[in-house]
Parts: sequence; structure tokens; C-alpha cells
Amino acid sequence: MNPLDRYESLVDDVDAFRAACDRSLPSVVRANGVAASPDRVREAFDESGVAYEPVDWHDGLFRLPDGNPGGNWPYVHGWTHGQEEVSVLPTLALDPRPGERVWDACAAPGSKTTQIADAMDDEGTVVANDNNLGRLSALRHNAERLGITNTIVTNQDARNFSTKPLAFDEFDRALVDAPCSCEGTCRKNPDVLDQWTLDHVHAVAGIQKGVLARAVQATRPGGTVVYSTCTFAPEENEAVLDHVLANEDCGLVAFDLPLDTDPGVTEWEGETYDESVTRAKRIYPHRNDTGGFFCAKLRVGGEGDGSDGEGVAA
Amino acid sequence: MSDDAAAAGEAASDAPTNDGQQFDRLPETPADREVQGRASRAEVLDWWAERFGIGEGVFEEYGFWEKGAGKIWVFNGEATDPSEVEAVGMTFLRTRQEHWKPTGRAVSRFGAHATKNVIELDPEQASRFAAGDDQDIPEWDGDWGYLIATHEVAGESVPIGVGLYLYDELRSVVPKGSRADLPVVE
Repeated sequence: MNPLDRYESLVDDVDAFRAACDRSLPSVVRANGVAASPDRVREAFDESGVAYEPVDWHDGLFRLPDGNPGGNWPYVHGWTHGQEEVSVLPTLALDPRPGERVWDACAAPGSKTTQIADAMDDEGTVVANDNNLGRLSALRHNAERLGITNTIVTNQDARNFSTKPLAFDEFDRALVDAPCSCEGTCRKNPDVLDQWTLDHVHAVAGIQKGVLARAVQATRPGGTVVYSTCTFAPEENEAVLDHVLANEDCGLVAFDLPLDTDPGVTEWEGETYDESVTRAKRIYPHRNDTGGFFCAKLRVGGEGDGSDGEGVAA
Repeated sequence: MSDDAAAAGEAASDAPTNDGQQFDRLPETPADREVQGRASRAEVLDWWAERFGIGEGVFEEYGFWEKGAGKIWVFNGEATDPSEVEAVGMTFLRTRQEHWKPTGRAVSRFGAHATKNVIELDPEQASRFAAGDDQDIPEWDGDWGYLIATHEVAGESVPIGVGLYLYDELRSVVPKGSRADLPVVE
């Protein structure tokens, strides 16, 4: 079966959803502020005749209609990093600040790690973890190419991550960009739809719950945890949040993203979820002509009022 | 027995040796050195200042760490000493050899501060350099050894990587995995 069939009941415009999922996505790069501003990247593209288009909701993203994101000088200089548009969203939600301690629990190959480091002006400490040593070498390559110097790389199972190798025992913020069934990437890689199985959804949901629970535990009271996936499956999204809300001291907060989103769902195939999962955001491909995505923001410690009141709390 | 331990010889058989499996912070000065052969922070700062004119202020906030024989890492964050992790910051400098060698990534990150031993390449030379080609550049009248190769991008000089200049020739030492086939941008 095509797993996209199961989500037709969740979207408002089934035809637009299916049509968008069938279109391929352009190559996109993110300007790496550690090395160069978006303006410098633009100047270098202009000088070397690289065609690009802006992304209206993020000035550091460029669509490259001719593809080949690695075949130009800005890439060689570490000024750009190939990254799908929706993939920048979790770091925007995480909103890390210079000097903080941030955990990227499932970090390889490092697109979000390097974006986090960039948002921190390469100051503070990012701990980039992944359980897959081979993928970690891609992360290290990317981090070095982009000139990131504030990142420690660890190779642990995130579900029982130990802070013992670190100089501190809790984080200000944590990102769980979880391994998932990835239907949201079908516009780049249609094979994910053929390989999809419900058994895998259930298996990976167990892992997601374990990693998110550990991220909440490893983050200081008042700190922020962001959970994201590139799947539409409620089993891997709202159900994971519902589980962690019930078992850990945390709550979902409302937050803004710079594109059109749909709220998390509270019912799916006979299950119901905590009402607050509506604060999570679903990104459907037909809304903004992007890949599919899911993103939720949690506050650690149950004292929050449900708003993203970091400016006040700080 | 490692070379380091052998080099330590009779000086102290129980002296600490370099453990290639962990990151250790460099000692501040040669007088603080406990591990035979390990570069000190002061020597590393002196080397960048002498070789490329990059002042120590540029590196004030950064820590220097060794893992493996002579591989120095630069890190701008908090870490335990020692650290048993996969990476602490980025690779920076190869020591424990006669001529210390900066990494291409370090030059890309910090090379814009350099004031000497910088060779500016024209567009065609820059593309050949990025592709990993060696090329004759007899007009260079500066030092031999490791140079920072730069080219102009949209009005500013930008470091590309590390070249080794010997006998009128600039050898590109861009690692194979980082070589690129780029168009000449006039």
C-alpha cells in the first residue's frame, strides 16, 4: 500500500496533498553564518553565475534550480550546506543562544547540528550524538567543512545517554530529530514509500519515546526540548508526545514557525491524545510546497502556562 | 612501547604518555608539559603568529587539545580533561613532526587573519588548486613550506586551503575527499 493513503483523512485538500507529494523538490542550501552572511553567498553566486531563488520565509535559504549544490566556490568555502527547507524548522523552534549547552540527540549527518552551532555564533557547547558511527563521520566532515568549533561528538544510544563524558550534567536545550519512517521526504526519495511498513512505524515509535524521554530528563528545569520527525504518522508524532507528557515532567508550549502549519491531531485510529498536542505543528507538502514535517516544542518542568514565554522566564 | 615513551627514555619510566584514544588539553607552556613530545598552548600560539602573522588574540577563547600522535584540535566550548568522545571541535594542526602543518579546515576558518605566507591565486590557479593539482608558480618570492592559498571572491580574499611550496612549485594538499572540480570564475 502507499502509506500516504492513510493520511488523507487528516488533510483538508487531498488532491493538493497527493499532487504535492508527487512533485520533486529543488536542491536547497542554507547559508552558514559562521563563515559567511546570506549577502556574501548571494554575491558569490552572482559572480560565478550560479542560479538561485530566495525562500520567502527564510533569508538564509537558497533554491538552486540547476541542482549541483556542491559544485561551486561558496560550498567549497563552507559558506553553504545542502539542507531541505523544512529541515531548518526544528532549530528555529529550539532557538539556541550563544553560550548555552545544547544536545542534538540524533545528530548525524549534522545539518541541524551545524545550524544550531551557527545560531549560537559558534559559542557555547553543542553535544552532537548519534548511535551510528558511520553516519557520525559524515557529521564530522560537515561540521569541519562549515568551520564549526563548539561541538563535541559522542557515539551513544540516545535512549540511555550518559553525560559522564561531559563537563556538565544537564542541558539548556535539546533537539530530538528522531529516526522515523520518513514519508515526508518522499519528494526527494520516493523509495521511502515502497519501503514503508506498519511494523517499522511501531518499532521506531518505541525508540522515539525512549529518546524523547531521555532528552527531557537531561534538560534543566525551564529548559527547552524540541521533537521533530519527517513523517506524517501520528504513531510517531502525537502518540510519542502523549507518552512522554504522561511519563516525564514536561509540557508542550505554543510557538511560531515562519510558514503555514496545521495543528497536531488528538485522535488517530481509535487512540486519543492529550489535548495539548494541538500545540505541535504538522507541515504538509501542499501548504508551502516543501517536504513533510512534524515539530513540537516542550518546556521541561510543569510550571509553564503553555505559551512560549522564554523571554519573560529568562 | 610508543615512540613517545621511547623518546622519554630513562627520564621517567612512569611519566604520563600520550593516549591516542582520548582528548587531552594542551599544557599552557613547555614548563607545564607532562606528556613527552606534546606541544604546549604557548608554542601553538607562537607558531601561528610566526608562520602566518595570526595574533594570539584570535585564539583567546579557544582551547587546544591533542588526540592521536600530534593531531591538535581547536575547541570553543566546555569539555572534561581528558575527554573520551569522538570529537572535540575541529582538527587544527599536525605537530610531533619537523614542520608543523595546519589543516585545510583551520586555514579556511582562521586564515583570513593571516598577514604573511599567504599566496593569492588567480581564478585559473584557484580552480586547479581546489582540484588538487600541483602547479608551477616561480614568481612566488616568499618562504618555502606551508602557505595559505587564497583567491578573490566578490571583492574579498578568501582562504582556500593549505599549499606546500617547494622548488617553484605549489603543491595542493587539499585532501582527496575535499577536492572539487570548479569552473574558473574570472
